[in-house]
Amino acid sequence: MLTKEQIAQRIAKELKDGMYVNLGIGIPTLVANYIPEGMTITLQSENGLLGMGPFPFEGDEDPDLINAGKQTITTIPGSVFFDSAMSFGMIRAGKVDLTVLGAMEVADNGDIANWKIPGKMVKGMGGAMDLVASAKNIIVAMQHTSRDGASKLLKECTLPITGLQCVTKVVSNLGVFDIEAEGFVLRERAPGISVSEIVEATEGRLVVPDQVPEMQF
Amino acid sequence: MQKVYANADEAIADIHDGATLMLGGFGLCGIPENGIAALVRSGVKDLTCISNNAGVDDFGIGLMLQTKQVKKMISSYVGENAEFERQLLSGELEVELIPQGTLATRCMAAGYGMPAVFTPAGVGTEVAEGKEIRTFNGKDYLMEMAFDADFALVKAWKGDTHGNLIFKATARNFNPLMAMAGKVTIAEVEELVPAGSLDPDQIHTPGIYVHRIFEGTNYEKRIEQRTVKPRI
Repeated sequence: MLTKEQIAQRIAKELKDGMYVNLGIGIPTLVANYIPEGMTITLQSENGLLGMGPFPFEGDEDPDLINAGKQTITTIPGSVFFDSAMSFGMIRAGKVDLTVLGAMEVADNGDIANWKIPGKMVKGMGGAMDLVASAKNIIVAMQHTSRDGASKLLKECTLPITGLQCVTKVVSNLGVFDIEAEGFVLRERAPGISVSEIVEATEGRLVVPDQVPEMQF
Repeated sequence: MQKVYANADEAIADIHDGATLMLGGFGLCGIPENGIAALVRSGVKDLTCISNNAGVDDFGIGLMLQTKQVKKMISSYVGENAEFERQLLSGELEVELIPQGTLATRCMAAGYGMPAVFTPAGVGTEVAEGKEIRTFNGKDYLMEMAFDADFALVKAWKGDTHGNLIFKATARNFNPLMAMAGKVTIAEVEELVPAGSLDPDQIHTPGIYVHRIFEGTNYEKRIEQRTVKPRI
């Protein structure tokens, strides 16, 4: 079973030189720690920045410079600031190459639910609905099952929807799945996890190809 | 043309009960600190506030929630404060949650003189309820209306006596959009300079959108999530 760090590490293998990438809060943020050496990846923060850098050194934090998670950050050379309309304009226009975000549930047609649990305090969707409605390439980082073992890769989402038919790939703690017309297509298994364990943990339509290699790190 | 006000209290003096306000900022970054403090002092109430967030318990819009001056919040992400949650659950406070890009674009539409915009954000979700859907090139879009706000309170880094504004780093966020969208726009700046001292090529918001400007004082610029790495 993959740790959160390993999920991020596996997603980082999807990065290609020159990509503009938006990383959501949580596991997606960790992807930035695994950008391959020598590759130029520009991170977009939807509060108005392209070229997000790491956290500042203690004492260098600037209250005017934060990311979409409201954390103090830095910029890298070549960075640029802009307003929120332009930020979502570039998202809506499909200029951002890859979006990585977390989810509570994903359906086998690519629907995603990640913003609201009925009966609990609703904090809001933030930029998630805008991102999933427009991005061409959306990878979801998530736990495969809930704490009580219920599958989160479903036939249909049960929680309020964030976006329809938008997720292209899921990296869970059990494996890597492409979302295609037939459903979740199992591409890789987490080290030590069998195909039957994944079948057991997946409620949505699952396609198991003849060969399902174990993930390599 | 006299746009310069002595302080926040004078600049916001005519904001009336029941007014609709836009307040710039993302989290606590780039919020109109002086304007919010003056609103609390004024005691004006039943406000509808359009702002991406609702502050924290003891700062930002959270201060206006403590004094129960806010009737309705229109935001994309809230709930960083306990008083907000209490008022929401007790029904004292009405909240309309909308996607962040939709919030920004509805401000932009107002500032550009467009009655509505089309966005795919929220199609197939509860955000779409009651909204007109139009299909362009096989994809569905929601029609979202331009905001209609009586006042916009924004915060800039520098401004001049004509109301031209320059923002700093990610404190820009919604500020220039709301500046363009308010029927009356009140800008507070860290440094107010005479017209002519800013480079026209570097100005983010033309002063035509700004009706009142004042130099703020005692900026606290509170950090919500202080994330740092240790010096080696």
